[in-house]
Amino acid sequence: MKKYDAIIIGAGHNGLTNAAYLAKSGLDVLVVEKNDYIGGAAVTREMHDGWFYSSCSYVCSMMRQTIHRDLNLTKHGLVLVPYLGTVVFADNGDTMTSYNSEEAEYNQLRRRSPHDADAMFRFQTDLARYAQLIRKTLLRTPPDPTSFKPRDIRELLWLAKEFWSLGERELYEYIRFFTMSAADFLDDYFEDDLIKAAMASPGVIGTALGVYSPGSAYILLHHVMGDVDGNIGAWGLARGGMGAISNAIAGALQEHGGTIRTGAGVDKILVKNGRATGVVLDNGDELYANIVVSNMDAKRTFTQCMDKNDLPPGIYEKAKNFKIRGSSGKVNIALSGLPKFNNVADNRYINRGGQGFVGSMETMERAYDCWKHGRWSEDPFIESVIPSAWDPTVAPPGQHWMSNFVQYCPPKLADGPWTPEKRDAFGKTVIDKIERYSPGFKDLIVHAEVRTPHEIEAEIGLTEGNIFQGELTIDQLLFNRPFPGYAQYRMPIKNMYMCGSSTHPGGGVSSACGANAAREILMDLKRPNTVPEDDFYDE
Amino acid sequence: MNKPMQVVDPYAGERLKLSPFHERQAALNLRDAWSSWNGYKFADYYYDEEYEYFCVRNSCATYDICPMQKYIISGPDAEAMLDRMVTRDVSKLKQDRVTYVCWCTDEGRLIDDGTIFKLAEDRFLLTCGSPSLAWLRKSAFGYDALTIEDVSDTLAALSFQGPTTCEVLKKMGLDGIENLKPFSIAHFPLAGSNDSPLMVSRTGFTGDLGYELWIAPELALTLWDALYAAGEDYGIQPYGEAATNMARLEAGFIMPGMEFNEALKTIHFEYDQTPFELSLDWLVDFKKPHFNGREALLKAQRKGFNYTLVKLDIDGNKPAEESLLYADRNCEKEIGYVTSAMWSPVVKANIALAMVHSKALKGDIWAEIYYSKELRHHSKIARCVVKKAPFWSPARARVTPPAAF
Ligand SMILES: Cc1cc2nc3c(=O)[nH]c(=O)nc-3n(C[C@H](O)[C@H](O)[C@H](O)COP(=O)(O)OP(=O)(O)OC[C@H]3O[C@@H](n4cnc5c(N)ncnc54)[C@H](O)[C@@H]3O)c2cc1C
Repeated sequence: MKKYDAIIIGAGHNGLTNAAYLAKSGLDVLVVEKNDYIGGAAVTREMHDGWFYSSCSYVCSMMRQTIHRDLNLTKHGLVLVPYLGTVVFADNGDTMTSYNSEEAEYNQLRRRSPHDADAMFRFQTDLARYAQLIRKTLLRTPPDPTSFKPRDIRELLWLAKEFWSLGERELYEYIRFFTMSAADFLDDYFEDDLIKAAMASPGVIGTALGVYSPGSAYILLHHVMGDVDGNIGAWGLARGGMGAISNAIAGALQEHGGTIRTGAGVDKILVKNGRATGVVLDNGDELYANIVVSNMDAKRTFTQCMDKNDLPPGIYEKAKNFKIRGSSGKVNIALSGLPKFNNVADNRYINRGGQGFVGSMETMERAYDCWKHGRWSEDPFIESVIPSAWDPTVAPPGQHWMSNFVQYCPPKLADGPWTPEKRDAFGKTVIDKIERYSPGFKDLIVHAEVRTPHEIEAEIGLTEGNIFQGELTIDQLLFNRPFPGYAQYRMPIKNMYMCGSSTHPGGGVSSACGANAAREILMDLKRPNTVPEDDFYDE
Repeated sequence: MNKPMQVVDPYAGERLKLSPFHERQAALNLRDAWSSWNGYKFADYYYDEEYEYFCVRNSCATYDICPMQKYIISGPDAEAMLDRMVTRDVSKLKQDRVTYVCWCTDEGRLIDDGTIFKLAEDRFLLTCGSPSLAWLRKSAFGYDALTIEDVSDTLAALSFQGPTTCEVLKKMGLDGIENLKPFSIAHFPLAGSNDSPLMVSRTGFTGDLGYELWIAPELALTLWDALYAAGEDYGIQPYGEAATNMARLEAGFIMPGMEFNEALKTIHFEYDQTPFELSLDWLVDFKKPHFNGREALLKAQRKGFNYTLVKLDIDGNKPAEESLLYADRNCEKEIGYVTSAMWSPVVKANIALAMVHSKALKGDIWAEIYYSKELRHHSKIARCVVKKAPFWSPARARVTPPAAF
């Protein structure tokens, strides 16, 4: 009977990263994936002839460059290209473009508000300072604040030192920042509503919070802490779609001798005498391994794939109460041409950027109200990108695919379960809104794929369709992620680990969770560490 | 009586020449980022250097090579003269083919590198970075049956590089362009013309799939418009010197003024280079009859050479610009210097070209890197690893027909 060194459940990009590093250190690893394709939420699929959708995640900036480089992902086909600025649309039809030259950007902000144009410098600087600190923690295992192990104490001291180096005033600001709302945070800088709305929008993406909800300021930071080639806050596209990232990591995994089995969903994690020993697949097959690593979210792992009796007391409850509320939908649209938007110049660079249908602070908050009442937003906030305007490989020449990320869309509706009709009605709401800003948009539509949290959960197993595998609020961050006491990738069952976005540093296509988990596993197995330290942050 | 005032630009003599493509390029140069090259006004970049670099790697982009120096050498003695001048065997070059060459002083020091196009049995086009007419005349001593014509200003050229270039040229109506092999030349009609005024070579300076388009200056804008119309859906964009420099470094190509100091412009003894030091040994063909610098190069080959140009992969993300290299972490034994360095956005590596003492190549190499952070200077010591292959060398650059982008 074959026994693997490690079985990884789920071929999301974190599961693949984890497996690649374990394989690199010489372990015999197997990745089992329930879908017929790999990638989880970092995936590209040809959903219509010649159109390749990044069905879930669509832009990239958190990907750890150290890992890209270390696993030689370019050799395995990955090329990340930065995309250009985003136009935001106000309720009244006004637009604001973000230009990639500082001077042009300044002139443009001045036209709206000379005060805000000046304040933008301080805003960007403060954000960069906060981001810098978080960035340093991405490829590190969080310390356990209650442990007296030398390593934990060392890590805690390091963290404290990093915090102190901000200076006393900034330290207080920073602590406030973690619990503030995006709106309160922005009020300290800006007066113009559209500028505020534009800046606030990353504070709610993927989150069941509104722009006025405490905690949304941190989410904002989470979305600007990444970088493309050192340009912090910039976002890029993976050439060929987000699946190119997962495929490249899979290439590295296979190069190091690892195997992937698709169409192999795990029904249960096998536990014997308090130790994980393998998995049972949906088809009843049993597979054995010395260690089991879950790439699934924490809630799914413990409440769906484990026997409550196999778990120490309290864990099941913690997992059940893990905050993982879905709030976003996605509408992927194939277009026969490049849409034109009202009040946007036909500027080749702007055309290659994104669109933010933010409306106003008020509109964003009203959109959240709908979610609270178990309805999708009537006037949603939509963040769009047209990757094909810049990536020639994802749609036929001259034709386009538009990615639309939509807030808010609840996992459970007040008026009963999701149905295909309701899903399509949600899609229509989104398309109608875009048409308002782009007359004739509907005539360009060749095909559309509408995804609510319901579809996202069914397909990728993200519980409630939460894009981050668990919300990014302070009670679920750093040493609290996924649960206090279990933030170091080891789970309450011996020989069992977690490596998905439910762990530090959380959601987003970064490979960091998978890599950090691999480092811990290799430490436990007393094998040489193959995971690089991130030395890219002394910017 | 009032005579109409004649407007004379008193500074006309000091202004830069404008390339035949200037009108279109100026309209797209949103940043007014101009510098100069060989007397021409020349773009550093148009919009954003990194964006333009990514057009070369992701879609397609044009680079104005009008300021490059171009000479037609023709006549029965043309081949023999070139063969004596350059280190490579020109007699092996077939018609409608291009070859990369370099030429040296009698002392075997590199004067310049460039390309030779064999247009007909007795007609060659030589292109290079710096004005070379004087050296060409000198090299023609003893050959009477040839003429040298400087066509730098009368032959316009556009380098067209990137993964979608072949598709765009196809769309522009260049029949059979997909069958053009690397280093081959073909001629095409332009905008429905009956003749074939457009010469295309599958050459470039980016290490990627790409072509160079050669045209009479009067047709330059016609070519531009046809190309940009066809390229519209394929992400076409002009790029300047900054992006070129990034792309060529990833491809491992050398630049005058960076990797080598042109011998005819070198003051200090042996501050110029032999082709061996620049790792261009493959360009030196001792099997052919006499050529300029042959004796000196034979001797250099026997004796060994002080420096070797290598490709370095360097730890961290701080470009090792102008770094000195050491054999030890404590920076006690100096063994060379970096000539060009950058963070490579496509391979996500900190790369460089460097001259390293040939004897030190087997040992450790450490770079002392200086960088500044909000005005304060810092330095760090980073480990360097010598790489054999170019940092970027996609299969599409070599395959015919080039695989879909
Ligand atoms: C709609 C949407 C948009 C997003 N946009 C962005 C974005 O633009 N940029 C960004 O950086 N991030 C974005 N994210 C977040 C990001 O995609 C995720 O955080 C990240 O991809 C999660 O990766 P992971 O490997 O941790 O987990 P996942 O990708 O969730 O992988 C889990 C894997 O486990 C598999 N699995 C589940 N259950 C089982 C089982 N029982 N047996 C076997 N296999 C199983 C799943 O099929 C899946 O392949 C988005 C997410 C979504 C959903």
